[in-house]
Amino acid sequence: MPERSPRLKVSIEGRVTVVELIDKKILDEMSISQIGEQVNALVARSDSPAMVVDFSNVGNMSSSALGMLITLHKRIREKNGQLALCCIQPGIYEVFAITRLNEIFRICSTRQEAIESLN
Amino acid sequence: MRPGDLARLAEKMVIPSDLEAARGLQQQVLQRVRRLGYNDGCAFAIRLALEEALCNAIKHGNGMDRRKVVEVDCDIDADRAVLTVTDQGRGFDPASVPDPTADENLEKPTGRGIMLMRAFMDEVRFTERGNQVRMLKLNR
Repeated sequence: MPERSPRLKVSIEGRVTVVELIDKKILDEMSISQIGEQVNALVARSDSPAMVVDFSNVGNMSSSALGMLITLHKRIREKNGQLALCCIQPGIYEVFAITRLNEIFRICSTRQEAIESLN
Repeated sequence: MRPGDLARLAEKMVIPSDLEAARGLQQQVLQRVRRLGYNDGCAFAIRLALEEALCNAIKHGNGMDRRKVVEVDCDIDADRAVLTVTDQGRGFDPASVPDPTADENLEKPTGRGIMLMRAFMDEVRFTERGNQVRMLKLNR
């Protein structure tokens, strides 16, 4: 069985959990479910999660990845938490805009801005 | 004459209904697209559309049945990339897919693949049966 390489780097900034996606090819169909499991596990651990997802290393996107983010967003909201996305490259942002998901998600230019928006 | 004018990829690839195989095929296509001089924007679009088409073929068309195959016909030169993806499923009516940008559908986790294909490629055409899609991207 192929070894699973790490997909996420998780850090804590005050009350905010920052999840950095660390593989450029990460957002294809195969990786989505793994990432989804890991981030949802982080949400489950918190009573009122505040999460930033950092897209600095993300160069590709898919509709499955958008679905994963929507599900994550819903789970966080159900726990009265907050989610912000940051550092999205222009090409990737276009995907959010075309699908109108830029109206659903809080999207910030920088990680610091995203963290501050949740505090 | 540009170097790319001498190069053309015309090939049929067949993969099982398996996401790992799909990933490998995408990488092959993208390598060739890059070698033929497509810019980053075009390469991004081709990769995205191919990913969506392959996932649809594997998951919805072939129902993840590894005994069924997906055929990908590539006809790529320096000016245009034509990708035709065919599954062995019963087919479907693309017009029956709800608009994912409608307010009532915005927060649904699925249903955006075809829309993204149409948004990023210059042409997207399904056969009447619906188990084959032809996508065109111009290199500009």
